[in-house]
Amino acid sequence: MTKKIHTITCAAQVEKLGEIAEFVEECAECFGLDVKRAFGMQVAVEEAFVNICSYAYPEGGGDATMTASAEEDCLVLEITDKGIPFNVLLLPDPDTSKDIAEREIGGLGGYFIRRLTDNVSYRRENEENILKLVLHRTGGS
Amino acid sequence: MNIQTTKESTAMVVTVVGRLDAVTAPEYEQKFIALISEGESRFIVDFEKLDYISSAGLRVLLATAKRVKGKSGAIVLANIGGTVKEVFDISGFGSIFPMYESVATALTAVEK
Repeated sequence: MTKKIHTITCAAQVEKLGEIAEFVEECAECFGLDVKRAFGMQVAVEEAFVNICSYAYPEGGGDATMTASAEEDCLVLEITDKGIPFNVLLLPDPDTSKDIAEREIGGLGGYFIRRLTDNVSYRRENEENILKLVLHRTGGS
Repeated sequence: MNIQTTKESTAMVVTVVGRLDAVTAPEYEQKFIALISEGESRFIVDFEKLDYISSAGLRVLLATAKRVKGKSGAIVLANIGGTVKEVFDISGFGSIFPMYESVATALTAVEK
């Protein structure tokens, strides 16, 4: 059974992150996501949103929509934009073993999205980028 | 986010309160650039009251660390715990930054 629990649309501008964070917090609370997972979802959503701002709309001007739903024991969050095709999951992983001098600045966003969710997938549909994040309510399930 | 600084004899203690995200990270970087231009090069960043950090936060942490390294300085971190720690662990930042359990132990370490 799928039940829509929440949706938000806002301009894809980094300054809107506060609104997004509040939305995710409400969804996580409403769903009963445990604290650690709620934090992971916050980070994953920020990374996805910031990437939409930079890559899907390189010249600005578009919107992003988030729809949260509960699917059995999972919180599912879909982030949709109408920008140019962009799959954040195809970005290469950073080398997390390098030291301070060698470590490159950046490249962690896509990696965090993958690591901090239980499942993530990208699809291009009706000229929209759709990133689907799935988190189980509690760990170890 | 709010940043407070306390000058100790061997290092500048920078206390970060709130969220270090894509919106607030530039402010963090500007603060460090200002402190470095004032001649500071040894920092203890106290994250006890840091509620949240994302890759944008880690990015400025690394950028400022590279900046002070060029001036033979150092940035060490104190009081990283809770949910914030996971971000440090999975990113590998937990092993590239010296981390201490308290500002006091960090101060003792930088004195050496």
